[in-house]
Amino acid sequence: MIELRDVHKAFGRKQVLRGLTLGVAQGESCVIIGGSGTGKSVCLKCILGLVRPDSGQITVGGQDVTQGDRDAFLARFGMLFQGGALFDSMPVWQNVAFRLMRGEGKRPKAEAREIALDKLRRVGLTGDVAELYPSELSGGMQKRVSLARAIAANPEIIFFDEPTTGLDPIMSGVINDLIREIVTEMGVTAVTITHDMSSVRAIADKVAMLHAGKIRWHGPVDQIDTADDPYLRQFVTGSADGPIETVR
Amino acid sequence: MTVLLTPLASIGRSTLALLSSIGRVAIFVARTLGHVVRPPFYPRELAHQLLHIGWLSLPVVGLTALFTGGALALQIFAGGSRFNAEAVVPQIVAIGIVRELGPVLGGLMVAGRVASAIAAEIGTMKVTEQIDALVTLSTNPMKYLTVPRVVAATVSLPILVAVGDAIGIFGGYLVSTTRLGFNEIAYIQNTTDFLEVWDVTSGLIKGAVFGFLVAIMGCYHGMKSGKGARGVGRATTNAVVSASILILAANYLLTELFFNA
Repeated sequence: MIELRDVHKAFGRKQVLRGLTLGVAQGESCVIIGGSGTGKSVCLKCILGLVRPDSGQITVGGQDVTQGDRDAFLARFGMLFQGGALFDSMPVWQNVAFRLMRGEGKRPKAEAREIALDKLRRVGLTGDVAELYPSELSGGMQKRVSLARAIAANPEIIFFDEPTTGLDPIMSGVINDLIREIVTEMGVTAVTITHDMSSVRAIADKVAMLHAGKIRWHGPVDQIDTADDPYLRQFVTGSADGPIETVR
Repeated sequence: MTVLLTPLASIGRSTLALLSSIGRVAIFVARTLGHVVRPPFYPRELAHQLLHIGWLSLPVVGLTALFTGGALALQIFAGGSRFNAEAVVPQIVAIGIVRELGPVLGGLMVAGRVASAIAAEIGTMKVTEQIDALVTLSTNPMKYLTVPRVVAATVSLPILVAVGDAIGIFGGYLVSTTRLGFNEIAYIQNTTDFLEVWDVTSGLIKGAVFGFLVAIMGCYHGMKSGKGARGVGRATTNAVVSASILILAANYLLTELFFNA
């Protein structure tokens, strides 16, 4: 479904991606792990076309991401941003219904609101929060709203950027379970980037470890504890000793 | 030899930096203008911005004009009395406000109020990934954020200037009739007889140009804001400073074009 071939990207002199090659099959939940600054977010932004790679090819469903109708292309995606990225100038329900009220598949306001409320319920929020503004919500609730926005237009592919960052362990567990349920229930292709091992175990079918701008290890989630790659070992165990430099 | 070349190199670097930022702003302006005429349009956003940029700037612009008109009347009376020309107060107040001080001070006040707000809002949206979120929701940030602000500022500033003109002249009238002993009817008569249509319209055109500059600078600096609170703070400062300087420079050029060509 998603194919990245030999993707390179540098920002100024800083080489972030150095020949990234990765494939994600349809309906698969792939989790990309790796330390801070290894290029995980840049990888997602390249797929979405928010960042243009210097070289290499990225295709989604066989179609090159740099070609064709951008709006139709982006309509296939939903994305949960790290900080939520909710629009603070509008109430919660309008955030969730944002795509439904604009562009090609535009629906009447009442219908869009109904769908938004339904999606909010799906992520465990009641109608009371619909009229609140994002700044009035707790971090966990903001994540839920952001998740509701990501699934509002029934996308084929969902990206989750650090879904549990800034949440307490219990709320992290709740969000992880919610993501797993939604991914399975909607049958979407999911790509998650995280450095939280509890997310990896809860969400992933496949795990890809990114290190120094390349995929260091790629395999099923049940092999991450038995694989003998020293980089993966160090990351999974959270050890300060190992081949990955700890001063970054 | 290198000692001699160092200052030259730094002059070269600053010149290149200046030229490249002019180029970036020019590209930004061209892209904005391209989006103004192509759908989709966001009328609700435009209405919202008209309210924020236009209507809510009225008190600031009005008060500025009122006090400036009053002070101008006092100054012209004092200056004019040195060569027995006190009687020209109504005419000079009117022409000074309508041609210069109305648009320039109005523009500068709006630059302080609006360019900063736009840069801070868009800069924060960029830092918190809201701009990226817009793109993933198939909404072009230039169309959704920049175009409504630029159109709203360009349309509302001439109206603000017109209101400011009236209030400024009224400020001069108030001071002249209560403090300087002018006759009420004669003051209004002198003002209306003296002013020409072009005096007013030239000021309104200036207002439109200043409004455009204010919104463009706010959006441009917001969109290229650096990371964190520091980045947004710098974007806000740069927006206000560049908008103010561009207003003053454009004012000179327009005055040259309108009245000296």
